[in-house]
Amino acid sequence: MSGMVEKRGVGLWFTHVGLIIGVLIIFFPIWLAFVASTVTQPEIVKPPMPLWPGDQFFANYRKALVSGINAPVAVMLFNSFVMAMGIALGKILISLMSAFAIVYFKFPGRRLFFWLIFLTLMLPVEVRIVPTYEVVAGFGMLNSYSGLIFPLIASATATFLFRQFFMTVPDELAEAARVDGARPMRFFWDILLPMSRTNIAALFVILFIYGWNQYLWPLLITTDPDMNTIVMGIRQMFPSGDDVADWPVIMATSILAMLPPVVVVVSMQRLFIRGLVDSEK
Amino acid sequence: MEKRVTFKGWILPLILLLPQVIVSAVFFFYPAGQAIYQSLYIPDPFGLSMQWVGLGNFEYLLGDPYYRASFATTAVFSGLVTVVSMGMALYLAVLADRLIKGSGTYRTLLIWPYAVAPAVAGVLWLFMFNTRVGVVSWYLGVLGYDWNHVLNETEAMGLVVVASSWGRISYNFLFFLAGLQAIPKSVIEAAAIDGARFWTRFRTIVFPLLSPTTFFLLVVNIVYAFFETFGVIHTITSGGPQQATTILVYKVFSDGFVGQDLGSSAAQSVILLVVVGILTVVQFKFIERRVHY
Repeated sequence: MSGMVEKRGVGLWFTHVGLIIGVLIIFFPIWLAFVASTVTQPEIVKPPMPLWPGDQFFANYRKALVSGINAPVAVMLFNSFVMAMGIALGKILISLMSAFAIVYFKFPGRRLFFWLIFLTLMLPVEVRIVPTYEVVAGFGMLNSYSGLIFPLIASATATFLFRQFFMTVPDELAEAARVDGARPMRFFWDILLPMSRTNIAALFVILFIYGWNQYLWPLLITTDPDMNTIVMGIRQMFPSGDDVADWPVIMATSILAMLPPVVVVVSMQRLFIRGLVDSEK
Repeated sequence: MEKRVTFKGWILPLILLLPQVIVSAVFFFYPAGQAIYQSLYIPDPFGLSMQWVGLGNFEYLLGDPYYRASFATTAVFSGLVTVVSMGMALYLAVLADRLIKGSGTYRTLLIWPYAVAPAVAGVLWLFMFNTRVGVVSWYLGVLGYDWNHVLNETEAMGLVVVASSWGRISYNFLFFLAGLQAIPKSVIEAAAIDGARFWTRFRTIVFPLLSPTTFFLLVVNIVYAFFETFGVIHTITSGGPQQATTILVYKVFSDGFVGQDLGSSAAQSVILLVVVGILTVVQFKFIERRVHY
């Protein structure tokens, strides 16, 4: 039934116009970046720059991907991909294991472990940067993938999410597995893991974006341009001092930096929304 | 909550917990402990020894006008980011909620800026307002307004606020729209039959029913503004001009890594730990309440 409070006629048009204005405002910065990535440097440094794409798309993107400014952007894309995948898969793996241990076993110190994991919620990397940097440097993990991934991998959020989900799994399933003499890990692999598929996928979407978009941590520990991730590498492309930045290449890099997470969000919208809502519970 | 049915044994669960425990211990608890330890010392100028100063670093910080200014800057910044991003999101969500069909399309169009990293958002807005090549600053110049966020503190703050709010609108929109769609249409229609106009309905029915979502977003957005906007500030202003956009997290970074003032940076970390602790407790208290709604 169509309600009487939804707008029709003129009111409906106003609603659409209001929304379209909002969408345009939100799109504008990205449109401008895209336009800038398709024109020549002289067109940009002599303002105002054009508002419609030029014909330098292939030239600019090829230049960015192949040579970049400090390092080829293709290399930075690869680094970001490794980091995002490492963080997402690593977090999911260790959280599944620890949530399984906490929910399905009674053992001495269980509460203590639970609270220790809970406490890590309160320690965002931004807060403990200097000592964490020293730890990573001490392990010789500067400019390495393990240095990029491990400090960001422990996540109370993911552990809680799986814990919450495991609590809703009917007890009868574990009971039946026990009666059948199935070992705990067998129950984990054959029953629990397949049941968690959607939760895992939803969490993966959120964690991939989280990992891809990291900025401060890669900024601290990757001094070698060939280890830069794309999100932190953009800022390194600006010249120091008064030189004019190579805007077409920088903007092409910005578009490339946002493309993978945007594709993930748009193509997996349902999982994304579910993951977002779940991980904030 | 406890499971009725559990498996026997304690070796297997400990093995399962081991990876998370090791990672947490090495990269969370040890560094946090180090931060607390370092906050009680100052290293000598040659970095050879550490001198115990007790709460000296904290006393110094709390008396330091720059640090106090950074607290005020953080309050203004996170307040503005929260208001701007939530206000814009609520406006769009209310409009989208009025549509019988098509709200899904707008949702798709509006949610994806969430995926744009704060640092990339910073670069996009810096480009628009760049004093030399920026399109927006150029047109402002045509209108007779001389935009220069490199020198003007208010403009710098405005720019980092807008850039930080921009991607956040998606997130808030999603939660507001879900909250609005959960309100029974019959309640609103009953009010409409009684002759209540849109604004009256919104003020007296919709907004109060939306308050759990609003409170939740309030806390989450403050946390975001405090800790996740580093990329925006580092790309656009680097904390300037004259520290006008140096929020607390940025100051930990600039004092610790750029200024190499380890004792002070560690003490700032500890203060931030307390802030995160309070925010986390508020968040959990509130979410517990929300579950009972």
